[in-house]
Amino acid sequence: MRQLLPHPLLTPILAGIWLLLNNSIAPGQIVLGLILGWLIPLLSIHFWPEKVYIYRPLTLLRYIMVLLVDIVVANLIVARLILGNPDRLKPAFVKVPLDITSDLAISLLVSSITLTPGTLSARLSLDRKYLLVHALNEADPDALVATIKYRYERLLKEAFEKC
Amino acid sequence: MLDYLLSFLVLFGAALTFIGSLGLVRLRDFYTRLHGPTKATTLGVGSILIASAVFFSARGTGISLHEILVTLFLFITAPVSAHLLAKAALHLELNSLAKIPRKKVREANALERADQTQATKQATDNAEKIPSTDGPQEPTQ
Repeated sequence: MRQLLPHPLLTPILAGIWLLLNNSIAPGQIVLGLILGWLIPLLSIHFWPEKVYIYRPLTLLRYIMVLLVDIVVANLIVARLILGNPDRLKPAFVKVPLDITSDLAISLLVSSITLTPGTLSARLSLDRKYLLVHALNEADPDALVATIKYRYERLLKEAFEKC
Repeated sequence: MLDYLLSFLVLFGAALTFIGSLGLVRLRDFYTRLHGPTKATTLGVGSILIASAVFFSARGTGISLHEILVTLFLFITAPVSAHLLAKAALHLELNSLAKIPRKKVREANALERADQTQATKQATDNAEKIPSTDGPQEPTQ
């Protein structure tokens, strides 16, 4: 089973992407998409040694919703910051300690920190314990750490790691 | 009615993308400038794509959902490039308005270098070991 279907989650996702690329839901395209979704993970297994398992899909969905709302809100805030006086900005580097350990969860967290405007993940420490985040305008670094940990990391930990 | 909504979305997206680019001019150092592009690629492009999806679904033949893919690929690739740019800037120790935790960064840089040389050394060691099976050899420089 492991050899035949290395990433059960990847198959429907790839099939979905194939259908979106073709913009059709004809039966032939669905079959072709499923075949591609089966072959591509089989051929690319060496790039994904870690087994991916989502323990709570609903939490992940909630995470995506939270992230989308935050992206919209933060965009408007940063737009106002850029149009304001740039000399009054207080950029800061903030060190965020990480609790999550799974590769996928860490890369999702790093990506979503960069996607929310106003914060930018600059560096992940080699042992994956700390993330260096650059904030565009942050007077209170501790509050930023708390927000990242509570709003994003907690949900990702619940979704990807057994607790 | 739909026209007004769509024009609002397109103009809003264009305005946000413009502000994102404006950030490149107005902001003062490399790290803060990186914030501009990440902004433009999220909400700016996002609302233009929503407008596109709605327009072609309403006017074209059938539902058009290509745009979701554009968003997906942008969301996957934009943070990676921004992260690499920031990491390279830290490596080169570019000037920054924010206080860089210099000691930590230097340590990390040194560790990474050591890691890399070790990895390349191991690779060359392995390459040398493969042809000769009679015991370990000193790597020749």
